[in-house]
This record gives sequence, structure tokens and C-alpha cells, in this order.
Amino acid sequence: MTDIDTAMAVTGPRLPGLPAGPRPRPPGPLAASAAFGWRTLLKIRHVPEQLLDVIAIPIVFTLMFTYLFGGALGGGSVHRYLQFILPGTLVMAVLLVTMYAGTSVAADRARGITDRFRALPVWRLAPAAGALLGDVARYLLAAALVTVIGLAIGFRPEGGVPGVLAGIGLLLVFALALSFAWVTAGLLLRSPQAVMSAATVVLFPLTLASNVFVSPVTMPGWLQAFVHVNPVSHLVTAERAMIGGHPAGAQTAWVLLAAAVLVAAFAPLSSWLYGRQR
Amino acid sequence: MGRVAARWAVQAEGLEKRFGATTALAGVDLAVARGSVLGLLGPNGAGKTTLVRILATLLAPDGGRAWVCGHDVTTGSVAVRRLIALAGQSATVDEDLTGRENLVFLGRLSGLNRSAARARASELLAAFGLADSAARQVRTYSGGMRRRIDLAASLITPAEVYFLDEPTTGLDPLSRAHVHRIVRALATRGATVLLTTQYLDEADQLADRIAVIDHGAVIAQGTPGQLKTSTGGGTFRVRVADPAERPRASNMLTELLRVPVHASADPAELTIRMPVAQPGRDGSELAAAAVTSLTGAGVVVSEFALGQPSLDEVFLTLTGGESRAEAST
Repeated sequence: MTDIDTAMAVTGPRLPGLPAGPRPRPPGPLAASAAFGWRTLLKIRHVPEQLLDVIAIPIVFTLMFTYLFGGALGGGSVHRYLQFILPGTLVMAVLLVTMYAGTSVAADRARGITDRFRALPVWRLAPAAGALLGDVARYLLAAALVTVIGLAIGFRPEGGVPGVLAGIGLLLVFALALSFAWVTAGLLLRSPQAVMSAATVVLFPLTLASNVFVSPVTMPGWLQAFVHVNPVSHLVTAERAMIGGHPAGAQTAWVLLAAAVLVAAFAPLSSWLYGRQR
Repeated sequence: MGRVAARWAVQAEGLEKRFGATTALAGVDLAVARGSVLGLLGPNGAGKTTLVRILATLLAPDGGRAWVCGHDVTTGSVAVRRLIALAGQSATVDEDLTGRENLVFLGRLSGLNRSAARARASELLAAFGLADSAARQVRTYSGGMRRRIDLAASLITPAEVYFLDEPTTGLDPLSRAHVHRIVRALATRGATVLLTTQYLDEADQLADRIAVIDHGAVIAQGTPGQLKTSTGGGTFRVRVADPAERPRASNMLTELLRVPVHASADPAELTIRMPVAQPGRDGSELAAAAVTSLTGAGVVVSEFALGQPSLDEVFLTLTGGESRAEAST
């Protein structure tokens, strides 16, 4: 037997594609999340039409709220109403696009690719974390559009650039915390459409029954009670203060507390739902 | 558990799984030796995929236990995931990404660094004949190409146990042969492969042992040869020189072998499904005796052959597919 024959007999014919060497150590939570985040960004690049509503909603909302309600609610002055409504528009436009991480988790499950991820030794929350990274890109895009269009039609933030950036930063924190709720929905519901419906059902009352459009003083008592505990109201008040250049400490603390509660509730729940063998 | 880990790559004891009113697994026992290939054979809906999903830590059993290299698949799922690779039945790559992006992404998730993941992706794309389509989104791939990228994704890093759920379904003969060579090479290198298949010839060629599963239970287990001999003595074909002699030969054989004799479409041929081998009277002895008797009675036999039953016959006999088919016609 020649050496080559011996080698063939021991290892089999040399085949392209066979895995070789020792199995690498599994990636840590950060590396795994980064890999999922990279995938999310690639998906946006390959399917840019998924950004359609992220672009349309801010444009439509900013123009519509300003000119639709401005005359009536601003006491005849559209400009004065714009100063009032823009922080609220910012909040609405961003919160309405928070469901993407949830829908993408649901889409992965529906297609069966989640099976592959779950058979790998990676951190359970890495897929959600990667999807949230894509959400950050969407929130920033939506927030930038509202701000730019607002500035173009006459909005003048007294808080200047630092105020606007701080406002967007706080909004980003709350939006990310809220999207964990949709990730949980994405792990419970069967389809991305179901997640979107569930999120819409929650988001519309949550954003509309707040102080976004009008001050709650004219509302009936029961609605005022809801508006006052609604975290979106606190968020809008904080945004108005920050962007308007006023102190927003207490409201900011409330918003951060609400965000912490959302994460504390939905992150472990998502992790458990993802990991359960079902 | 130490001894268990040394010998068996996969073990299952009384695995049960129900989905609502449907019983997917009704007590599956299985043992797969390290470095061997087990072919899991069964009709659609037999419970093959459910079994694979439980062994790959995706699904918890309702009853029974299972181990991969000695680690319990439920309580030790983290350890199991470090040892296995899975190619599921549904295409489990991202349709929006290109073939190359999918492999680089999954390589990163498997713990490769960026450059190693890229290099490995190129190797696999070339090996699976996908180099030309590497930059295209997987949604534009044909069914066979999807199957190949899916399989390639399962081979990025080495594993102790490979679970391949119908790895060749939808593949052209050339790709199928390549997958067969890979499965053999994996086992030669000491890995264990559990593959499900609907192709009996595939199980026959690749598997060291075959487990036939039907209605959620393993109804037969053994080497391909054992399974063939356990269900029948094979098919015995006799060709007489003169077609006019066929009826006489048929009567003689019926009396001698005590099993039905079928007249083939060929006017000179008879086929006999031989009875299950008994000690001292195996199929070849019976056949030889029968031919001797025919010749002794003056029937000229021009040809005779005794074939082992094909796995198809075994499979149909075991799963009752034959009687089902007959009942439906």
C-alpha cells in the first residue's frame, strides 16, 4: 500500500467542504449580538422598501398634525401650535415604528430559521438584541426626519442642538425598552402580521390618550387619570422641556423608570420564551 | 453517565411527544454508537422530524429521556448545543441575505472570527457548487440550491453529532452523491450522523444501522442486511425454457414452498416471495431444492435467481404500506 492509499483508508478521500480542526469556542453575548445586528443591517440594505413607513410616517405626521390641528388648536396660530406639537409628533412617529424587532423575531420563527439559531450555543437574547440594533437605525431615521421637516416649516427649539439631541436620546431609550414588549409578542404570536396588529392595538390608545395633541385639562376625569399615569405623557412632557430648553429632571426620571420596568418585565420573559423547548 | 458517554453518541428511552390530540412520538427507544451513521426511515408524519427536534434540544419531550454524548437534551441543552450540528428540514437560512452573507453570518455565530468566517464561506460555496450564486439573495435560489446552502451552513464548524433531516430531498443526483460522500467522510473521521430520509437506497448505502419509525414508534432496527432478512427470504425468480411448462412448474413450486407463486408478465417466468428464513431452511437452500425438483420432474429451467428483498419491500412490509395500498384500490 502506498502512503497515499494509507492516508485515503484512514481519513477517506479528501473532500472539499468538510469541516476541519477543533470546533471554535462559541461567541460571547456581545459577539453574537453584533452578528445578529450585522444581519439586520444587511436585511435593510437588501430590502430597503421595509423603511417605507419609517420614512412616510414622520413626514405625514409632521405636516398633518401641524396644519390639520394647528389652526383650531393653536388659537389661530399654526406657528404657535407647531412649537407645542412637534415634540409630540416626534414621540408618536418613533413609537409607531417600535414593532420591527418584534415582527422580525416572528418572521424568523415563521420561516424556521429560529431552529438553527436555537440549536447553536449562543446567548438567548442575541437575536433580539441584533434586531433592536436595526430598530435604533429606524428610530434615528424617523426622529431625524421629524426634526428636519419641523425646522423647515418653522419649528424653533429653544433648547438648541443639545436639547434636541437629549430629547432624541431619551426617546430612543424608551422606544427600545418598549420594543422588548413586541419581541415578547413576536415569540408568542404566530406571524409578523399578528405582532403588528397587537402592537397597533396597544400603541394607538397609548399614544393618542396622552398629552401629545392637547393639554388634558378639558378631558373627563377618568381620561385625565389615564393620561396622567400614561408613560407616553411623561415622555412627551420631558421632550417638550428638553427641546424647549427647560429643566426636565423629574419627568426624565419617570420615563427612565418606565423604561426600566418594561425591560425588567419583557427581557427575561423573551429570554425564557426563546429558550423554552417547544 | 461516563460509560454511556463513551459508547453512545445518541440515546433515547421511551420518548413521547404529543401535539394536542396528535401523538407524534409514542415511546421511542434509540441508541446510536459513536462514529456511526444511523438512517431514520419512515413515511411522512411518522415522527422523524419531531424526534430530531427533541434530540437537537429544540423541543422538550412529554415523556422519556434522551442524551447526546451523555448530556441530557433537556437539562443539559447548553452542553448538547456545543456538540451538535443541525440541518433542519425547512430551509433555515435567511432568504433576504445572499448565500455568502448567510454563511459568514452563521460562521460568526459559530465562533469564527471575521476572516475565518469569510474563508470558510468561500470554501463551502465552492464545495457545494454555489460560488457563482454567492452574491445572489437566497430567495432567488432554486429548491436544490437552497438545500445545498442549508447543508453547507450545517458544516461550517465540526460537530460530534450531525442531525441531518432529509439532507438530499430535492437534490439532483450529482449533489446527492456529494452529500453521500460527505456523510461517509464525517463518520470516517469519528463523527456520528443521524439522518432522516425517505430514500431507502440512501439509507441502504449510507447507514450502518437503520431504524424504521412509523406512528411515533421504532418498529424495526438493525443493519440494512438484518432488516432485509428479517422481513422475508427475498424474491425467487424462475424462468422455464418452455412457457407451456409454466403451469406445471407453478403447481410444483406451490406445493414445495407452501407460498403463493405469481405468474409474471413474461410468459416463461414465475416469481415467488420466499418465506421468512427458518433455522436450517434458509432461502437459498429452499430455492436450490426447488430447482432440483423441477429439473428432476423434467421441467427445463433456463434461469433462476434469488434476490434479497429490496429495502422498499422491507419498508412497505414493516409500515403496512402494502396492505394500505391494496385496501385503497
